[in-house]
Amino acid sequence: MCNGILGKKIGMTNVFSPDGRLVPVTVVQAGPCYVTQIKSEKNEGYNALQLGFGEKPLSKVNRPSAGHFSKSGSTAFTTLKEFHVENLEGYELGQPLRIDMFKVGEKVSVSGISKGRGFAGTVKRHGFSRGPETHGCRNHRKPGSVGCSAWPARIVKGKKMPGHMGVDRKTVKNLEIIDIRPEQNLLLIKGPVPGPKTGILEIVRTGRK
Amino acid sequence: MNIIEQLEMEQMRLDIPDFRAGDTIKVHAKIKEGDKERIQVFQGVVIKKTKGLASARFTVRKISGGVGVERIFPLNSPAIDKIEVVSYGRVRRSRIYYLRNLRGKAARIKERRIS
Repeated sequence: MCNGILGKKIGMTNVFSPDGRLVPVTVVQAGPCYVTQIKSEKNEGYNALQLGFGEKPLSKVNRPSAGHFSKSGSTAFTTLKEFHVENLEGYELGQPLRIDMFKVGEKVSVSGISKGRGFAGTVKRHGFSRGPETHGCRNHRKPGSVGCSAWPARIVKGKKMPGHMGVDRKTVKNLEIIDIRPEQNLLLIKGPVPGPKTGILEIVRTGRK
Repeated sequence: MNIIEQLEMEQMRLDIPDFRAGDTIKVHAKIKEGDKERIQVFQGVVIKKTKGLASARFTVRKISGGVGVERIFPLNSPAIDKIEVVSYGRVRRSRIYYLRNLRGKAARIKERRIS
């Protein structure tokens, strides 16, 4: 059974739980994904499904991609991702996978590309504490001392410093599915997930089995 | 209509009466104790109402045993059984926080006439 699906982040809102509490949820438009390639133990050494999401005409992709997509159907996809499966039986090329594979109350992990923060300082990037803003203090958001003296006469590798932040693949684990709307392909997942609105997300059932 | 708006519209309740800051209301809130459910009435003055679709809220203030008590309710919450408007008050502000500093006679609110 395939454990994952691809989706697009729509945004966040609140929904009421039956007992009247407001629950913060992220709305994800997930699927339908189509099987574009079946990787088997015999050919590739492992069992997996390659799924396509975000339809696009075949004329809009280059010839090598068009050749690959035409093996499974007559449309191309903007995103391709591979998901491991234990058993390949029952899967065929071009088969759609929809969100009815999830149940309300199940736990999922969601991966996406986080929002870009540009060149960020240590306070934002690593959570360093900042100095006082006033009373004659001239150390506001400086990183402070970064090393020792004559020995070792260099900065240790991996020292946390300012630099580029964001645009990394981030995963949030064990998020609860609050609601599923198969007619609109919508998943309501409790809490925030990485990335901007319209960002592509991978939603995978938590746990191996 | 965008999807988020549509999701929030679905949850909105249409049976909530119209009231604003300064009005005195009775909120019949459902309270769960173990597996029994009962209704608790909270009567007081609305001191603020925040806008929004599903996330609209209002704050009710009352004096209980000489101590000011404020409760925030989500306007569209299914945990609210019903809302009754006891009296309409005329105030010049939409957030009447100044009521917190007033006691007794000074904390009275003029009646608003409803046409």
